[in-house]
Amino acid sequence: MLIDTVLFYIFAAMVLSGAIFTITRRSAVHSAISLICSLLGVAGLFLLQRAEFLFAVQIVLYVGGIMVLFLFVIMLVNLDLAAKARQFNRAWAVGIAAVAVVGAEMAWFLYRGRAAFHIAENGGAGLGSAAAGNTEMIADSLFSEYLLPFEIASVLLLVAVVGSVVMAKKRI
Amino acid sequence: MPVDLMPASADLIRLLPEIVLTLMGTLLMVLAAILRKRSSNAYGNLSIAALLAALGAAVYAYTRQGPAFGNMLVVDGLATFFRALVIVVGILTVLASYRFLRRQGAETGEYHALLLFSIAGQCLMAAANDLIVVFIGLEISSLASYVMVGYLRDDKRANEAALKYFLLGSFATAFFLYGVALVYGITGTINLSGVRAALTAPESCLQAGAGSVLCVQNWLAPWPIFLGVAAALLFVGLGFKVSAAPFQIWAPDVYQGAPSPVTAFLSTGPKAAAFAVFLRIFMSAFEPGGAAWEPLVWFSALASMTIGNFAALRQSNVKRMLAYSSIAHAGYVLVALTARSADGAAAVMFYLGAYAFMNIGAFAVVGHLAGKGERYQDIEDFGGLGQKQPLTAAMLTIFLLSLIGVPLTGGFFGKFYIFKAALESHLVWLTVLGLLNSAVAAYYYLRVLVMMYFREPSQAAIEAEPLRPGLRAALLVSAVATLFLGIFPNWVLDFSNKSAAMMK
Amino acid sequence: MHAIISHPLFAPVLITLALIAAVPLVAGYLSLVERKVLADFQVRLGPMRVGPHGFLQPIADAVKLLIKEDIIPSDSDKAIFWFAPCVSTCAALTAFSVLPFARNIAVADVNVGLLVVSSMSSVGILGIILGGWSSNSHYSLLGALRSAAQLVSYEVALAFALLSGVMAAGTLSMQGIVKAQLEHGVWGVFANYGFMIVPFAVYIIAATAETNRAPFDMPEAESELVAGFHTEYSGFRFALYFLAEYANVFVVAAVAVTLFLGGWLRPFPGVSWLAVPLNYGFPAVLLGGSGLLTLTLVRKLKDPLQQKVLVFLAVTLAILGAVFLVPAVNGAVAGLFWFLFKVSCLIYVQIWFRGTFPRFRYDQLMNIGWKIAIPVGMAAVLINALLGMISRA
Repeated sequence: MLIDTVLFYIFAAMVLSGAIFTITRRSAVHSAISLICSLLGVAGLFLLQRAEFLFAVQIVLYVGGIMVLFLFVIMLVNLDLAAKARQFNRAWAVGIAAVAVVGAEMAWFLYRGRAAFHIAENGGAGLGSAAAGNTEMIADSLFSEYLLPFEIASVLLLVAVVGSVVMAKKRI
Repeated sequence: MPVDLMPASADLIRLLPEIVLTLMGTLLMVLAAILRKRSSNAYGNLSIAALLAALGAAVYAYTRQGPAFGNMLVVDGLATFFRALVIVVGILTVLASYRFLRRQGAETGEYHALLLFSIAGQCLMAAANDLIVVFIGLEISSLASYVMVGYLRDDKRANEAALKYFLLGSFATAFFLYGVALVYGITGTINLSGVRAALTAPESCLQAGAGSVLCVQNWLAPWPIFLGVAAALLFVGLGFKVSAAPFQIWAPDVYQGAPSPVTAFLSTGPKAAAFAVFLRIFMSAFEPGGAAWEPLVWFSALASMTIGNFAALRQSNVKRMLAYSSIAHAGYVLVALTARSADGAAAVMFYLGAYAFMNIGAFAVVGHLAGKGERYQDIEDFGGLGQKQPLTAAMLTIFLLSLIGVPLTGGFFGKFYIFKAALESHLVWLTVLGLLNSAVAAYYYLRVLVMMYFREPSQAAIEAEPLRPGLRAALLVSAVATLFLGIFPNWVLDFSNKSAAMMK
Repeated sequence: MHAIISHPLFAPVLITLALIAAVPLVAGYLSLVERKVLADFQVRLGPMRVGPHGFLQPIADAVKLLIKEDIIPSDSDKAIFWFAPCVSTCAALTAFSVLPFARNIAVADVNVGLLVVSSMSSVGILGIILGGWSSNSHYSLLGALRSAAQLVSYEVALAFALLSGVMAAGTLSMQGIVKAQLEHGVWGVFANYGFMIVPFAVYIIAATAETNRAPFDMPEAESELVAGFHTEYSGFRFALYFLAEYANVFVVAAVAVTLFLGGWLRPFPGVSWLAVPLNYGFPAVLLGGSGLLTLTLVRKLKDPLQQKVLVFLAVTLAILGAVFLVPAVNGAVAGLFWFLFKVSCLIYVQIWFRGTFPRFRYDQLMNIGWKIAIPVGMAAVLINALLGMISRA
């Protein structure tokens, strides 16, 4: 499918360029927008894999929830000074070396483990064949196989909420 | 669609301690909202009840051993030992907190609720058999303890401690996650039984839960370096929690800044749970690739012991000194891990049991003496405690002697088993250096003893209020347990030997 | 030609084009309706000059906005200032793509349709925040902050209300939700022994806040913030915000109709003998009747040109009414009629709110969101889950 290929490259470019701009822009708001662009690209990639549920959830959670809060905080805090100040991070060389190592490692893993990836074939047993919709599949998997992690994750969130309220209350 | 989503009752029984703790924690917060009473012992009493119930549940779960939730959780001797240990640690912490919180005017339901949640997370870690459950348990435990560290918000040191702990802790957890990802890349599973199977025999299948078969393949069998990298990344995450060198930097500041009962809890509960995960991951799942990670643990053990002990020599703040000593103790435990034997695992369990009692006891005394706003933490402030409060001083003596490792205390047998296991695994150098280290350690513990008995009473000792029932109970239980482990070590040792043998 | 018509993308593209053409027009006329209705509430006449009874006012407004000078504040972040309104508008228009206008009229029937709508509404927030921030004005920034806090808060309540509806329908697909109501033979709002009215009420409240409309129009409270996040906007870019706001009003009403009011189903979908009076009689009487009533207004006008326009309007309405009496056509458009009719009713309710309730204070707004709407929404999810299990057992 030509359209799929073209779309894939568009979304991949969004993800990568967004990620690069996120760390190179000086203005925090521009960084945040680049991150949003990157996240939207990821959502698009999900959609190309016919994972509609993940697509929508990615947008609702990351763009609608997390990034809005990010922007909210950025606007409350005046970051102009920080953007104009001289950046103290001089570890570019180390950073690039680390990235190169991790990249090489990942490439090596992908090369060695390529048999483990099931590249989708037409009519294969991938997500595409699920006429029932992958929302139902995710729900089944979450509530049967991964029931325990799913439930205890809610405890984790509860603890996080309680903790932040305790920290933010006027007096203990 | 017609999937029966209700888990089997056996699964629920094996999860019972966590269920009890979480429910009671939630109940506590609801009560706190309804009661709206500030200084009240009700919260503490309720959480003691909850912890006792959870202890019962942990023992009851032990009668129904086995995997639960599709092998995500496993209840065996190791799990039960560590569950019981962290729950007992919790009880002692609550006992020590009664008077402390009253004195700081900070008795709330949330403190106890967070404590219960944290213990629930640690219980999960103790019983987890899947890295995702380990991770969530770790996060539950850590998030709750970050908040507890900064609980006294008007104290600047507490703020600093909480921020440091939070930032570094999240950073370390990220390393842990990368490690999990690498493990998944190597073996195609994050179930610890599956990982072990994959590392033992490439391309093997094992029964996972009801009917489903988990097939794993080790794509990278000829390259143990990747296994070493994965182990190293997991080690970063766990090493941070147990404050092992070189991830110990946070410990002195956090232990000093946190409220004393929280410090007591922090230096024992999360540490014990993290070591449980250590045992599960390194002694069970990663055991087949042992050669890849052994040098790492060897180095960390030596570094922790040395840094901890030598830095503690120079401290004048007692909380800080005990923090460095706790780094050193993490080093001793790592020595036992380096041994890579069932004896070593048993020694780890025994040592952590003994260490929990003596360390909580020591911090409880420090918190008792420190007074309102934790003013008195200096070593000078212990002057003359032996005259003013003989009972408190006597108990602190027991704890410190045990920390040194004097015979007739739990600490002695803990160290004895550790170095015995190390020698049996031909780690002669590590044993020798470890023994030298514990000789150095004796100096700074004895300094406190000298202060207490051979100096005139200090301002702190004069101002110190008499022991209240809760704190007295905590101290007595810890002291009796420390002595008990030193005189009759066999009960606990038999259990840990049995569990360690079963773990394989 | 046949190849084009039978192409699977033909209908979606056609509907998309129709929507893009229609939405600005609809938005313009919604603003006219709003002004007229509010004027009626306040015993005024509202716009009367352009066209008969102000009928052509939206067109005049649009022309005015398009030829206005385009002002960009000097210290603003120009790139973001430029593209923030586009974000809002695009998001609002994208949400239209999954709305089920009728049995066969929808751009796409996605199996996570409802999630797409809510994800688009959350992207739309970004346009508001970025627009407010990039203007480099205190009023705009305050408006943007308010709207971010408000939207994030009310999104939770909104999601809980939607969840109840989804549970009753058993699917996330918009067409599937309507079809589920057809199968149950009852509108969603009356399902579960009538208890679904609670999430419906929560939805209406949260949706009003979500579209930044009175009484929750804190982000653009004119007495405090001039015009809130779009204070610095003028001309075409302002028009885009304006368009996005009214498009959102339409979308939230359409979602409410789909989820709770039976979408394109007629009232009493389970009672078959009502099909003829409701599908044929009601639209014909409504449209034809309005046409006739419009005709009576013609004599009061003095300008012959305006008279002609009004006669044209009356005749058009009457013809539309007559069209519904043709059985072949009726089958195709009855669903569309009911959908639009219900959406119009809900929009009228929103305008009614605006005319009735005074604006809330900011802390009151947050209290309503966190302490009333969210707990009620949660409780409604639980109770509806129980009732749903009982009613299906």
